[in-house]
Amino acid sequence: MRGLRRLLSALFLLGAATPAVAEDVVTGLSQSRVGITVNFDGSEIMVFGAVARDAPAPDGPLDVIVTIEGPSGPVTVRRKERVFGIWVNTDAVEVTSAPVYYAVASTRPLEEILSATDDLRHRITLPQMVRTIGVVHQADDTALFTEALMRLRTQSGAFSRDDGGVQLEREVLIRADVLLPANLTEGIFRTRVFLLREGRVIAEEEQLIDVHKEGLERFLHRLALDQPLIYGILSLALAIAAGWLASAAFNRFRS
Amino acid sequence: MQLYLPIAEVSVNALTLLGLGGVVGVLSGMFGVGGGFLITPLLMLIGVPPGVAVATGANQVVASSVSGVLAHVKRRTVDFRMGLVLLGGGMVGSAVGIWVFSILREMGQVELLVQLSYVLFLGLIGLMMLQESLRAIRRAQTNTAPRRAHQHRLVHRLPLKMKFRASGLYISAIPPIMVGAAVGFLAAIMGVGGGFIMVPAMIYLLGMPTKVVVGTSLFQIIFVTAFTTLMHAITAYSVDILLAVMLIVGGVIGAQIGTRIGLKLKAERLRLLLALLVLTMSLKIALDLLITPGELYVLTPGRLP
Repeated sequence: MRGLRRLLSALFLLGAATPAVAEDVVTGLSQSRVGITVNFDGSEIMVFGAVARDAPAPDGPLDVIVTIEGPSGPVTVRRKERVFGIWVNTDAVEVTSAPVYYAVASTRPLEEILSATDDLRHRITLPQMVRTIGVVHQADDTALFTEALMRLRTQSGAFSRDDGGVQLEREVLIRADVLLPANLTEGIFRTRVFLLREGRVIAEEEQLIDVHKEGLERFLHRLALDQPLIYGILSLALAIAAGWLASAAFNRFRS
Repeated sequence: MQLYLPIAEVSVNALTLLGLGGVVGVLSGMFGVGGGFLITPLLMLIGVPPGVAVATGANQVVASSVSGVLAHVKRRTVDFRMGLVLLGGGMVGSAVGIWVFSILREMGQVELLVQLSYVLFLGLIGLMMLQESLRAIRRAQTNTAPRRAHQHRLVHRLPLKMKFRASGLYISAIPPIMVGAAVGFLAAIMGVGGGFIMVPAMIYLLGMPTKVVVGTSLFQIIFVTAFTTLMHAITAYSVDILLAVMLIVGGVIGAQIGTRIGLKLKAERLRLLLALLVLTMSLKIALDLLITPGELYVLTPGRLP
């Protein structure tokens, strides 16, 4: 609820006259922690915010971009090729860093509101997020591999783009609803809100969402990693007990 | 009801898992095989990563084999001595299999190896069983009892002879050890108990009587798959216990239904059905390898080795 308090104080500041930046953005999240429980099937996050001004709004349209970015890591992209009549993985390219989840929402289509320079500087659009600098080459056509990465992750719902997904009320109140998918991995998810005028980013704020396994999920995951032997024996004990139980129940049923 | 799997890190429908376990359970109850050769590709189909599918499939086979072997112990159709010899070989084969599996995973060729061994072994065994069961059915129709003279095969000429009382055999321990090792190796790589390879091998290669084969095969499968599960849990952390529980619950109920169906069917008809099932699976995987895939690129999190 820290976010909400900041929002309220920001709204209060709207009336006060503090000569600083012309336009600033203050944001909050509906939740800053997402727990993955056994029956987790996705979570909707509301990103809200307000534009703070110390002078009347300048002319021209104001636009907002909201991004949510999951933890990044290296990804190996492999390509199948026909070898002796069967399809085999042959060439591979390692993409140095790609987020496991990335969603971009904006008030209008990104091409209309974001200049290439600022996209490069703030790394907003998807191709900027999938870092290809320092790609480990094992194929000549690296670009095809990064395109495949983006295409596959977009298909699976891990990458998304929603032009018009951000609502901006009276050039002050910002709201965007972003759906986190059911197939989520743990980590810190970074939320960024950008204010834009004439293609340039004029203000930015960042918030973090902590996504983690909870309860049974957490217990089992930790056990599997920290005590693999105990975990393995536990899995076996369960299987043996279930097998014995089934046999016993079946015998009783028959006689 | 969606269920988030802690190790596979995917969200799947719990009823789908129960149903999947149930269907495989029915088949395994009917045919006396663990059912791992079905469960592993089916799990991959619903989005479980291959490594987790293999390891968790092995865990499920432990459950169904324990259930099956207990029924056979009651009927005294388990050759424990033969089981232990097969097991000795199985352990070696399994350890080598897991080692090969981890090397291939780093090379990114696991999928290929698993698929190739599926096609090869399912196809081979399917064809063998098809031929054998068709012949048996024809024999049953013409009412000519099979005449088989006592054969002196290779298994009788090797050293290290042992008495296997329950099977009524006095043969060298080397062939059973080799059969065990081969099946253990395949079990580790394919995530199967190896029942469908072990059963024909015991009948046709070792010359064991059919009535002891299923129980003995299940007996040693318990240990091989238990060992496989444990090794995968320790080396790759890839056993998903929540996934296993759902499969086991479905499988255990399905196995009861399957056993009833199996008892009503004639033995050779049953083998014919299993042969057709095995062949269908093999054909499906073969086609996947041969037909141009819709997506040529595959993603794996992690660095290039």
